[in-house]
Amino acid sequence: MFIEETIAAVVTPLGEGGVAIIRVSGSEAIRVAEPLFRGRRPLSGLKSHTLAYGHVVDPESGAVIDEALVAVMRAPRSFTREDVVEIHVHGGVLVAKTVLSLVLRQGARLAEPGEFTLRAFLNGRIDLAQAEATIDVIRAKSEAALKAGARALQGAFGAQVRALKAGLLRLTAEIEVHIDYPEHDAPEATYVRIVEGLTDARASLESLMRAAAQGSVLRDGVETAIVGLPNAGKSSLLNAMLRSERAIVTDVPGTTRDLIEAPFVLGGIPLLLVDTAGIRETADVVEAIGVQRTREILERAALVLVVLDGSRPLTAEDASLLHAVRGRTAVVVVNKADLEVTVREDDVRSLAPSLPIVFVSAKTRSGFEALEAAVLSVLGFDAAARPETLVTANARHLELIRRAHAALDEALAAAREALPYDVILIDLRRALGALGEILGEDVRDDVIKEIFANFCLGK
Amino acid sequence: MQTYEGGRYDVIVVGAGHAGSEAALASARLGQRTLVLAISLDLVAFMFCNPSIGGPAKGHVVREIDALGGEMGRHIDETYVQMRMLNTGKGPAVRALRAQADKHLYSLRMKAKLEAAPNLTLRQAMVTDLLVEDGRVSGVVTRTGAVYRAKAVVLTTGTYLGGRILIGELAYDSGPNHTQPATELAERLRALGFRMMRFQTSTPPRIDGETIDYDRLEEQPGDPEPEFFSYETTAPRPEPQLSCWLTYTRPETHAVIAANLVRSPLASGAIQSVGPRYCPSIEDKIVRFHDKPRHQIFLEPEGRGTREVYVQGMSTSLPEDVQIQVLRSMPGLERAEMMRPGYAIEYDALDPTELWPSLMTKRIEGLFTAGQLNGTSGYEEAAGQGLLAGINAARYVEGKPPVVLGRDQAYIGVMIDDLVTKGVDEPYRLLTSRAEYRLLLRHDNADLRLTPLGYEIGLISEARYRRFLDKVRQIEAERERLLTVRLRPDAETNARLAEAGLPPLENALTLSDLLRRPDVTYDALARLFPPPEPLPKAVREQVEIQIKYEGYIAKLLKDVEKQHKLEHKRLSPSLDYGAVYGLSTEGREKLMKVRPLTIGQAARIPGVTPADIAALIVHLEGRRTIEVGRHG
Ligand SMILES: Nc1nc2c(ncn2[C@@H]2O[C@H](COP(=O)(O)OP(=O)(O)OP(=O)(O)O)[C@@H](O)[C@H]2O)c(=O)[nH]1
Ligand SMILES: [Mg+2]
Repeated sequence: MFIEETIAAVVTPLGEGGVAIIRVSGSEAIRVAEPLFRGRRPLSGLKSHTLAYGHVVDPESGAVIDEALVAVMRAPRSFTREDVVEIHVHGGVLVAKTVLSLVLRQGARLAEPGEFTLRAFLNGRIDLAQAEATIDVIRAKSEAALKAGARALQGAFGAQVRALKAGLLRLTAEIEVHIDYPEHDAPEATYVRIVEGLTDARASLESLMRAAAQGSVLRDGVETAIVGLPNAGKSSLLNAMLRSERAIVTDVPGTTRDLIEAPFVLGGIPLLLVDTAGIRETADVVEAIGVQRTREILERAALVLVVLDGSRPLTAEDASLLHAVRGRTAVVVVNKADLEVTVREDDVRSLAPSLPIVFVSAKTRSGFEALEAAVLSVLGFDAAARPETLVTANARHLELIRRAHAALDEALAAAREALPYDVILIDLRRALGALGEILGEDVRDDVIKEIFANFCLGK
Repeated sequence: MQTYEGGRYDVIVVGAGHAGSEAALASARLGQRTLVLAISLDLVAFMFCNPSIGGPAKGHVVREIDALGGEMGRHIDETYVQMRMLNTGKGPAVRALRAQADKHLYSLRMKAKLEAAPNLTLRQAMVTDLLVEDGRVSGVVTRTGAVYRAKAVVLTTGTYLGGRILIGELAYDSGPNHTQPATELAERLRALGFRMMRFQTSTPPRIDGETIDYDRLEEQPGDPEPEFFSYETTAPRPEPQLSCWLTYTRPETHAVIAANLVRSPLASGAIQSVGPRYCPSIEDKIVRFHDKPRHQIFLEPEGRGTREVYVQGMSTSLPEDVQIQVLRSMPGLERAEMMRPGYAIEYDALDPTELWPSLMTKRIEGLFTAGQLNGTSGYEEAAGQGLLAGINAARYVEGKPPVVLGRDQAYIGVMIDDLVTKGVDEPYRLLTSRAEYRLLLRHDNADLRLTPLGYEIGLISEARYRRFLDKVRQIEAERERLLTVRLRPDAETNARLAEAGLPPLENALTLSDLLRRPDVTYDALARLFPPPEPLPKAVREQVEIQIKYEGYIAKLLKDVEKQHKLEHKRLSPSLDYGAVYGLSTEGREKLMKVRPLTIGQAARIPGVTPADIAALIVHLEGRRTIEVGRHG
């Protein structure tokens, strides 16, 4: 932070379909944005404070990403008092994310939380009172970013980063130990071994890069299991959310027998809704397989919507299902609120103490705002953590993974040339540093810890 | 105790170990009337543990001490019994020199240097009290009643402070090697409010070299053409070098230790103090690495005038009888006579976040500390701090700003910054992996990094500085030549290259382009295309490294430049963190404790987040804006 680099970020809240603005600020802003813009004239030829219509393209493939309006504001008459380019696109989360990553690839750095405002302050654009407000914004944003980052790290992505980092750390320690303890009797890390280790690490980074580029959450959506007893109205709920007759609805219990998947964007967050077979003991072979699948997805889903039939008293099966989702990211949906409701909120609460409970009708679509709010809240998207923080977290990860990859490339080149260990380690440790940054860890001490944990050293 | 006035000095150095000796010599050489008080004058710069100096990072520090005008480098060059260059195949940044010392000669000669130094007075005395007036140190009181006054005091108490020795079931208050411990001073420091820590370290037994069966051991001789620590040393010692010897623990060794673990205060948990991870006792190694079938044990001579041999790798607090059994279980040591047992020692150390980067304490002006007292371990670490503490005590007396070395400038800078910024939770040892700019902090370029500074400070003589400038000129001229001489891919050139076993040229190249190839060394190149006059080895080596690793060096220099922007944003030592808007609770607490002097240092404090740094910057800039507004 605070170094005169050109920075970029998505600066508008991202919702479904709304306009997103990607802001680039710094002395290189125009150079960075130029190759992405195809309009009637180049950005460098635009007058300050004018909007130009054109398209955002991927400069490498030439593919058109979206229509765009681009504003150029030259220093010092801009928010940050630096050269600023703002790219307005309207394709929603994914387009904004793509444009941001293209801007970063042109050499901009992802802005730290609140950094635009901070620059505005440092460049004398705003006064102290406003600046103190800036601090609050920075604090709120960095907390939101931290949360979003942490969330992204909970899943498979985080596990992969951790595994990769552990592998590189081991390799680093293996080389370092012989530098700081030249007489140690552990086998020397040979060039063959180093090249092998670096090649493996680079391959895993590449697969990570693909995963992060797609931003698994943003691409696939949060896997959301809709579960409940037969006839609770799960399929009806799915259809009502999608506003389409995606699943078959009948009054026969056991209608749905297989998983039905459907992507759906809720308050800007992409979900992957999965309707399931109602849970019950059954002699029907096909249905039994369906129920088994329900149990599997219930295990692994990131979000669970437990659907109860509000027009009937709670059953022992309902109770055991609620018990099973305790402590999970879940919302209890009491359905059929248009009928006479016999299920009492207190009874549900006593079975699932910490989960939000909403009353809805799949038939009349009543209670859906409350459902949306409850889902966003259990996913951790409060006011401070809107989807753009997820995009940012994702963009940051991607940037850091790229950095790690570039560093590993160089380390590998050095190792192949059999350059000295200390030279190879420069880039190896850079890669490690970037992975550590993803996880929010200081790797310098990690290397030393790793050395002493794995090798018996000393006099 | 009846006291008397012992005299007035500019600087008093308490302790004459490796830190104290450097501090005292630096202060005296800078013209300050300097008094050195040591508990025993027979143990000046004494090596209580291994009889060896240098190795990776530590050897770098010795070179840095020498480049700044300190003593350790020259001193070991005068007293070594063996010299070896380590890591020769692992790259320029990590090549490191290590010497085995004649530890008695080392001590005796250092004492002689202190005795002979102008402005320096050496006394045997135990300091029991510090005199403090208005938050400033004003002198010390000794156990025998002398009151010495001074403007600055440097404490270098090593493991004497609150020392306590443990050998098996036996424990008693003691300094290192069964000397008098400094007990009152430890209490006094606590009473002054200093945060203290209890650390621990251990040393191995010494054996009679005549009882070692050398035929069964692996020999480790010194380098036939040794290099030296000091840039000024030109010739090797005339005496033949002594060898070290390698043996290993055996399953029997492990069994003896395992059977007696309960009798080791280190392993049984009787010692609660914190020991170093990087210097585990032999019992610790057996417990923590029980899968390892054998451990290396190096036998190091302690000097020419003694038969005692240091058993490196066997630091221990096991009881004496067990130590003998352990020794005799190893190949070559079956008949070994133990001359002194190993022991563990606990001692008091100061939380180094009590210090400014100048090594002056924050609590008491004019009071400096260095060495093991600051939570480090190692003679070299101690000497490096001692040198800086001595320099800064002298400068403090003269009203000059302190010298603070950057992390991109010296290992000493890395170490002191780590200490005062992050604190320590175990004895701190320098490792090359602690330096983020390792390739810049090479042992070959310590003079280029630091000698101009040493000259500016006043510890490098005119004559030496002129020699240094000549070397710099030679390096520059040769680099210039390599950059400008172009080779054409003609038959004659290619024939010459072929003769030297080098591939032919395809395009025109400069000599430096050629040198960048992995298979071309400077010496090979210089044989084909010699410089106008033959160049000394140090110059040739420098030119080769600078050109070969230019790309990597440039990359690191870019990082350094970025970092400098943060290091140049200064924070006031009296900044009121309570009044900084928007700091996190943890960040505020840490900042108040460390009181960093730059934004860069603040950002290195564990627990201080980027948002805290943003808040600090807003605060700084806000204040500046307001002040400008007021005055303008
Ligand atoms: N009145 C009313 N009826 C509903 C509502 N939701 C669902 N139903 C009815 O309840 C019956 C079962 O609905 P489904 O959506 O098929 O239930 P399901 O949970 O998917 O059942 P299975 O697939 O058999 O497990 C149908 O007759 C629906 O019309 C609602 O909100 N109000
Ligand atoms: Mg259904």
